[in-house]
Amino acid sequence: MANLLIDGNDSGIELDEEGYLVDLSSWTPEIANALAETDEPPVDLSEQHWAIITFLREYYEEYQIAPAVRVLTKAVGKKMGRKYGNSKYLYSLFPYGPGKQACKYAGLPKPTGCV
Amino acid sequence: MAIKKFMYVNRKAPYGTVYALESLEVVLIAAAFDQDVSLAFLDDGVYQIAKGQDTTGIGQKNFSATYRALGDYDINKIFVEQESLDARGMTADDLMPLVYEDEDDDWAEKPSISIVSRTEMAAIMAKQDVTFSF
Repeated sequence: MANLLIDGNDSGIELDEEGYLVDLSSWTPEIANALAETDEPPVDLSEQHWAIITFLREYYEEYQIAPAVRVLTKAVGKKMGRKYGNSKYLYSLFPYGPGKQACKYAGLPKPTGCV
Repeated sequence: MAIKKFMYVNRKAPYGTVYALESLEVVLIAAAFDQDVSLAFLDDGVYQIAKGQDTTGIGQKNFSATYRALGDYDINKIFVEQESLDARGMTADDLMPLVYEDEDDDWAEKPSISIVSRTEMAAIMAKQDVTFSF
């Protein structure tokens, strides 16, 4: 358990041992940026990253769960177009697994069914 | 791996015990294994998929919205026992409209819920390879 650093300073925002937000309601876009920047290796969030993060937040808002990767892939394809609805594209953005890594930045719990 | 028929039987009210939420989580996890999954709701279990749930008074997370995600997980065989609804003064209209998109029919949205009699439910259960009771 540690707190999130924003620009090198303790933000007072608690993370669990895997780096996920403890209090999901405390999420802000700045927190997403800080989570990505302090990740190992650091990630500079692009418009493409944000499209997935926004999608995940909307999915959680509607269904109260973080979707499994298979569900995310299908839904992204449907919403953004077929060429984006595949794991190759999602892994190119989130090499540590679109579920785990994107959900972390989106301030969601680790996806149900994520092993 | 051969595909088996798995049925998750839900008999308890959604809050007050952890059975309903645990069942739902197991179902979502099991959905990743490409098995033939169906859900049954009977007795107080029918309340799990009732419309208009509000948990603000009991300070618990309202997870009823998650049942609406089942279609995304290709879980679209949801059986509800008629007698259990009748005994509680409920009809199909009191249940959330759970749907799925049929890949083989141009993603047309179709209902996942079938209301069945106790006799039909017994016949469906008899065909399962594995039955989990929550």
